[in-house]
Amino acid sequence: MSTTTMSPLLKARNESAARSLGRRRKMVDSTIKWLCLIATVAGLFFLASIMGTLLWRGLESLSLNTLIAEFKPTSYGEDTSAPGGLRHAIIGSLIQTAIGTVIGTPIGLLVGTYLAEYARGSAFGNAVRFVSDVLLSAPSILIGLFIYQLVVLPMGGFSGIAGALALAIIVIPVVVRTTEDMLQLIPNTLREAVIGLGAPKWKMITLVCYKAAASGILTGILLAVARIAGETAPLLLTSFGNNVTSLDLSSAMASLPIAIYQQANSGFPDLIQIAWSGALIVTLGVLAINIIARFVIRGRH
Amino acid sequence: MQQTITAEDSAIPAGGAKRRTGSFGDKLFEGLCRGAGVLVLLTLGGIILTLLIGGLPAFLHYGPAFITSDAWNPVEDHREEYGALVSIFGTIVSAVLAIIFAVPVAFGISFFLTELAPEWLRRPVGTAIELLAAVPSIIYGMWGLFVVVPFVQVYIQLGLGEYLETIPLIGFIFESRSFAGTSLFTAALVLAIMILPFIAATMRDVFLQVPPVYKESAYGLGATRWEVVKGVVLPYTRISVVGGIMLGLGRALGETMAVTFVIGNANRMPQSIFDPSTTIASVIAMEFPESLSGSMKQSALFALGFLLFVISFLVLASSRYLLRSRLKA
Amino acid sequence: MGSTTEQTNSTSSASGFGGMQARSAEALNTTARISVRNLDFFYGANKALKGINLDLPDRQVTGMIGPSGCGKSTLLRVLNRMYSLYPGQRAQGEVLMDGRNMIDDSVDLNELRSKIGMVFQKPTPFPMTIYDNIAFGIKLHEKLPKSEMDDRVEWALTRAAIWGEVKDRLNASAMGLSGGQQQRLCIARSIAVRPEVMLFDEPTSALDPISTLKIEELIDELKRDFTICIVTHNMQQAARCADQVAFFYLGELVEVAPAAQLFTAPREKRTQEYITGRFG
Repeated sequence: MSTTTMSPLLKARNESAARSLGRRRKMVDSTIKWLCLIATVAGLFFLASIMGTLLWRGLESLSLNTLIAEFKPTSYGEDTSAPGGLRHAIIGSLIQTAIGTVIGTPIGLLVGTYLAEYARGSAFGNAVRFVSDVLLSAPSILIGLFIYQLVVLPMGGFSGIAGALALAIIVIPVVVRTTEDMLQLIPNTLREAVIGLGAPKWKMITLVCYKAAASGILTGILLAVARIAGETAPLLLTSFGNNVTSLDLSSAMASLPIAIYQQANSGFPDLIQIAWSGALIVTLGVLAINIIARFVIRGRH
Repeated sequence: MQQTITAEDSAIPAGGAKRRTGSFGDKLFEGLCRGAGVLVLLTLGGIILTLLIGGLPAFLHYGPAFITSDAWNPVEDHREEYGALVSIFGTIVSAVLAIIFAVPVAFGISFFLTELAPEWLRRPVGTAIELLAAVPSIIYGMWGLFVVVPFVQVYIQLGLGEYLETIPLIGFIFESRSFAGTSLFTAALVLAIMILPFIAATMRDVFLQVPPVYKESAYGLGATRWEVVKGVVLPYTRISVVGGIMLGLGRALGETMAVTFVIGNANRMPQSIFDPSTTIASVIAMEFPESLSGSMKQSALFALGFLLFVISFLVLASSRYLLRSRLKA
Repeated sequence: MGSTTEQTNSTSSASGFGGMQARSAEALNTTARISVRNLDFFYGANKALKGINLDLPDRQVTGMIGPSGCGKSTLLRVLNRMYSLYPGQRAQGEVLMDGRNMIDDSVDLNELRSKIGMVFQKPTPFPMTIYDNIAFGIKLHEKLPKSEMDDRVEWALTRAAIWGEVKDRLNASAMGLSGGQQQRLCIARSIAVRPEVMLFDEPTSALDPISTLKIEELIDELKRDFTICIVTHNMQQAARCADQVAFFYLGELVEVAPAAQLFTAPREKRTQEYITGRFG
């Protein structure tokens, strides 16, 4: 075998060429590192800019009055009465978010359970998983159109319950994904241990698996709440918005995002101020829920 | 459900009965779970069907021309005319531009978070980037309108526009006719920031899934970090990376409120990226609440919704297909 | 690097690539290519290597054996500074090569790793063609015209005894090769960079016996040109491949001796117990 020695065609490595190539490579490497650092700083800067703007503009007019007063049209001239607030929107948001979560969570939980415990690998299960994942990122305004046709038209008008149903549809896929993921983390040995005690499967799931996956599932529910609390587009076509406080689920209902949308686009500085306060409230609420959700899941692992 | 559990608990002492309720409970519970699964399929089916039914009058009235027409005349008389071309164009161009802006930044962030950042910095920075995804769309809209729009107006359109316009052949893309600041470009910029965390999170997760020994092999040959990522990590994860980009694209296509605030909502064909435009989602958000049920306008909006559904479904489905290996892991 | 490099260049060309043909196979080479002196290694606060002193003789095979967790793989990862990738891992002492301490912070890691190649436990083909796998490492350090690159790839694959099996499908994905072929591809990929030292970290533990035999023959062949260090949990393999064997236990180097001596007449009681299967 002639190749037992280094082939003569291989000239000894040109050390100075190698070193200049090495310098160039290191320059490229460090340039890219700097660009990556800049990209990361840019990402953080966007978040800081959003939060900074919200705090700066939002705190300006945020007061107790903003929380307890209802909508009031823009004031002209000598009008010195108290400015309007967002009570109607806050209450409407709480109601619709709560009902949406209460309807969507059990359905999402059951679907997630089905995917993790019953349908591993089955064609029907794969179809459900696929559809749920598509719904997770589907344009939410289309869900509004769907509920408009399904609920608003037959009921003869916009309503709080239609808004809550639209939000429930958004909750479902979020809860499905986390429930399935969390249940799949449970080792099969635990399931076998429970079944080995003679427990029926449904008891194994509800009494043991749910308990083992509780923090993860709770995280999913919290994330779903955070997601729908800020949803605007579907509500525009379902609960529409309302300028007075209303607890009536069968008529149009206000919500914070819609109130922000309408007042921010009103063109009146005093209403835009209130929109900023509303934006601050929504964002702080949503981010707080998100951070709590992270702690819930971290506390357990 | 909680109630059934307690009822069952109290029934435990009766041995024979327990087994029967057990198997009945099993059937009931599995039935419930399966039923919920069916409900999810029905929801998607229902969305497709209602959009199609709602849009049918417009599709039938205008035929295929609905898609190719750039008309949008909501005046309700015999000249009323609707076409989807402008909003389809705006939807696709704004989303694709957003991807072009977002992907390099998202890559930088994920490279930083997986290879460069010291251990203690990774989690807080990662969390902060993830929180960008939690900020509601309407907030991006307001921030976009009051912060990004003036920025684009002053620093991009007035500052750079003159130079960009003089680029041969493609200069017209940057020509400013409207200086309102609300434009296709601004919408794409805001969209890019919104989808940034989704793409960055996917990239980071798949980068982390590359077995360390592959990276070590490349380091062992004397590669720098960038060469390892370019030569080994990216080829190893390219399918999932494309999947993550498609996920971002799918999100950008259907984004509504933020775009509505900053795109200018003009229903005519934009000539440059600094012209105001519109997207399917923002046309629906702007015009649907004031349309009459049963009108041709409402039907045209449903028809637009159907088209948006088809486009984003295709994108999201392909994203999910590309990311399937990651989902299994 | 300066004058040190110049000096070592001349020594390595005398004993290295140039002088290779002159060297008779029987000549016992006792010059150390790498000398480890008083080396300590830490994973965080945990001391994984304690005061290691070891010479890797030029163009011989050093086998490193010992029960898992004894530090043999750790030492290997010190030699090419792989540990530097991970925060919290640090080494103290000296790893001398060409008169320089290779664990010094000022050492250029990319250059160091081009001189010290490594082959891992599991084959690690990159997700690209067979040709590109080999070219990957070469391109990092040298700019070669296409024809020279082709020659180099052929040479590396030939040296790794896999050229015949892949020459007709150089543009096929490397992922399609069998496990044994993938491992020889990885060896070729390391050789292509023309290192002076090759580190093997249990290179056959994921392979079948026939592939294992091929790799062992290959190692025996490669030691004509390269200084080789192989970590193995398989004592027969150490006996078959290595010229000198080092036995590690609990982070200490217990004994190092020519293979024949270590396996037949170990000086240390712990070595005796390990090779006769008392622990491990």
